[in-house]
Amino acid sequence: MSERRIGVYICYCGGNISDYVDCERVQDAIKHEEGVVVAKTTMFACSDAAQQEMIDDIREQKLDAMVVASCSPTLHLFTFRGVAERAGLNPYLYVQVNLREQCSWAHTDVPEKATEKAVHMVKAGIAKARLTEPLQKTRIDTVPRALVVGAGISGLRAALALSDLGISVYVAEKTDKIGGRVAEMGRMYPHDRRGSELIANLVEEAQKRENVQIYTQAELTEKSGSVGDFTVKLNVKGESIPLNVGAIIVTTGFNSYQPADGEYAYGTDGVLTLPEFKQLLDQCEGDLTYRGKPVGNVSYIYCVGSRGSSQKENPNDYCSRYCCNAAMHASSIAHDLSPGLHQFHLFRDIRTYGKYELLYQEARRKGALFIKFDDDEPPRVEKSNGCFRILVKDVLTNGEELDIESDLVVLVTAMEPRPNQPLNDVLKLPLGLDGFFKEIHPKLRPVETVIDGVFIAGTAQAPRNSAESVASALAATSKSAALLKKGYVELEPLIAVVDKQACTWCDKCVESCPYSAIGKIGSGEKEVAEINAAVCKGCGCCVPACPQGALGVRGYTDRQIRAMIDAMEARNG
Amino acid sequence: MEKGGGAAGEGFRPRILVFSTESISDIGIDLAGSSHMHYPPTAISIPLPCSSGIRPDWILYALGHGFDGVFVAADGTDCPFVPDCTGRTAKLVDQAQNLLRENDIKPERLKMAAVCSVCAESFQKHMKSFFDALKGLGPTRKAG
Repeated sequence: MSERRIGVYICYCGGNISDYVDCERVQDAIKHEEGVVVAKTTMFACSDAAQQEMIDDIREQKLDAMVVASCSPTLHLFTFRGVAERAGLNPYLYVQVNLREQCSWAHTDVPEKATEKAVHMVKAGIAKARLTEPLQKTRIDTVPRALVVGAGISGLRAALALSDLGISVYVAEKTDKIGGRVAEMGRMYPHDRRGSELIANLVEEAQKRENVQIYTQAELTEKSGSVGDFTVKLNVKGESIPLNVGAIIVTTGFNSYQPADGEYAYGTDGVLTLPEFKQLLDQCEGDLTYRGKPVGNVSYIYCVGSRGSSQKENPNDYCSRYCCNAAMHASSIAHDLSPGLHQFHLFRDIRTYGKYELLYQEARRKGALFIKFDDDEPPRVEKSNGCFRILVKDVLTNGEELDIESDLVVLVTAMEPRPNQPLNDVLKLPLGLDGFFKEIHPKLRPVETVIDGVFIAGTAQAPRNSAESVASALAATSKSAALLKKGYVELEPLIAVVDKQACTWCDKCVESCPYSAIGKIGSGEKEVAEINAAVCKGCGCCVPACPQGALGVRGYTDRQIRAMIDAMEARNG
Repeated sequence: MEKGGGAAGEGFRPRILVFSTESISDIGIDLAGSSHMHYPPTAISIPLPCSSGIRPDWILYALGHGFDGVFVAADGTDCPFVPDCTGRTAKLVDQAQNLLRENDIKPERLKMAAVCSVCAESFQKHMKSFFDALKGLGPTRKAG
């Protein structure tokens, strides 16, 4: 019989798990497993109340191991190790079972089978927990330098903020120009400052800093090492430059949606995307003119390329977030240039959230008319007698068909992810289904990625305006600085161990180790392998190399793996 | 000796043990789940740090203890530990297949493929096709 005292908590995740997995059945199936003294279900295991309950159980029931069956360990492994630690339990006596990502969400079609699988998974977790042992972390020093990939407004702002904190920064910009999209912009909302000026100020400041180095025509080609101590290579104008950095922030920006040929008559002279229209506004002095002719009427069509609207394959499902505000602002600028201008905004929904509502009010005050069309009946754009006719059914007047004459048609276009396969190949960052870089968790870890020490910010991550991009860039800066200013990272103690009894020193493990972490040491009358704890990364490459089975990785030992297999075999099969 | 495919019966649902890796293939498998991409629920993972750390005798053990197939969701070229992870894991898989042959277990019960951190769709496809292939082979459990 096991002498362990294990607490097991099965999380509903507010229905994300319990809608498909019968958590009470899982609880019933595991409560008599060897060593289990507490078996509970919980609405949200990560909630403060549930964490406190675990702490109380650990103390009152004298638990010496804990299993939480909830979401992926990428999300909450550290949360629950923290719970253990706060209760005085060594954090390595904790085991997480990935019941959400690898069970309930993957098998929403077969709840009965999902429940059976969940039972197996939790039993395997308990079997592993039964064989856990208390462990201590090892520390390694971090390199006080960072790499920022992409010199748009997010990258530049992150670089300056890192510099302020005393962290040296390298910025790698793929193009030959610094400043990204914002550098091409004229007046921007909400303060009407010119994008080009904002960028010029940032660049001027960066150039004053001794600890900021910006490379243009520079691409990241290699990355090795690990959090706190990466070795990277940049290809700068054909020359390979090696750098040693502790953190990497990726701010590679977005692409503007290019409508399909003929989408709302795009390709016809006088049909512009929003960025093209903003450039036109920026170039106009005095009245708004297009190709030398005064403009009397402008029609805007919203959500082009966003929210499932596109004539291309695989339309973007998301709202691009910045465009309603940007179109309102452009409309105001157009009015200021030509106060007699007639402006028609053909929209599906207006999303001038938060303080940007004032932009909407201002556009209306300046005489802009708003016409709501149905998702299924988008406006039609025709060209006749030198001007455009826009035919649209106005939802708010019971479907009355309007026929609007316009000199210009502005397509309020989406933000799209910017494909960059070579960079993805180096960084191996996951992309979301929308094609943008994906954070670990939108609320809890919004700028961190699954690759420790690599952060994302700006529009490389999601559609957002420049203010929001900068906010995320500064969040990524804070996370990087928190990592690097500490001076060290604590490394998992889950490294290789040698069974000295079984080891006969044949040196096969030495050949297998990619880090040269294995040496020789005397043990009694024989020589055996010894692991250098500071160098071993816990990959386990030495484990199958040993003919005696004398090597294992802590947390993944031979006994644990076999016990997990055994636990999954019996019953419920 | 293994039972033949004929003994499988219509209701046979092969059980697959997946050796996954915490920093790479588990991320891809998680993505399959969070995208609600369904695959056979008899597939279940044991996460390890790296696929080059799998002991061939674990594979034999799993096939002798209730599993009908073992799938190695390898790190491939994305491995954070070793650049030649694909070759290393492939070598282990070769060794394991020999071990299976020695024990009268069909080597087809072991499959390896690299599953990257965004390979949700390919993981789903691998699970479905491996499940179907194992159905044809029938259960591994030795007679009696």
